[in-house]
Amino acid sequence: MMMTEYFVVLVALILCIIMAIIRIIRGPTAPDRIVGLDTVNTIVIVSMVIFGAAFNEVIYIDVAIVYALLSYISTLFIAKYLEGGEF
Amino acid sequence: MGIGMIVDGIVYLFLAIGVFFNLLAGVGLLRFPDVYTRLHAGTKCTTFGSIFILGTVIILGLKTWYLGDVNGSVLTIHTIVALIAILLTNPTGAHAIARAAHRSNVKPYGAVVDHLEKKPTTKATKQPKEVK
Repeated sequence: MMMTEYFVVLVALILCIIMAIIRIIRGPTAPDRIVGLDTVNTIVIVSMVIFGAAFNEVIYIDVAIVYALLSYISTLFIAKYLEGGEF
Repeated sequence: MGIGMIVDGIVYLFLAIGVFFNLLAGVGLLRFPDVYTRLHAGTKCTTFGSIFILGTVIILGLKTWYLGDVNGSVLTIHTIVALIAILLTNPTGAHAIARAAHRSNVKPYGAVVDHLEKKPTTKATKQPKEVK
């Protein structure tokens, strides 16, 4: 019923992911690349939830929850590495 | 019949707002001149857009549950958990990135004076450099 609208939203989100990937490739410094990576992570979570709602599968939303927590931990570790601190 | 059409209108409005703010995040990432302004665009806009898009899925799950399908309750509750995870982790990660960018000596665009530089940092990061 709502399948076409879901795919329009997914195409717009993929366009946004492509713009963030251009920033990851072109970024002059390392924090620029991390900002792009963080944006890609958030948009991938949103697309997974939209995908799960489109096909009426709850398992995709569970995967999105786990992906959110793990990408947060990876962002914190990369930021800690850039600071030069000790773990 | 009437309630269903109102819910569909709210769903289309929320989807439009969410997609618009996510596209603004992408454009801001490409056009801003600086790490900190790019962080501003890439974090705030995606968080605001994610609230509206996940709110759409929550409303659709509640509508499915109201119409008598039990799968709608599972969809609603899991999407609420995912929304809470995004709301907790996204600003914290942005704060960590901004602090790391400042400590690795990335200056803001057009900055003349840096007042944060003068503050004494914590002992855990400052002490080993003085020993060397």
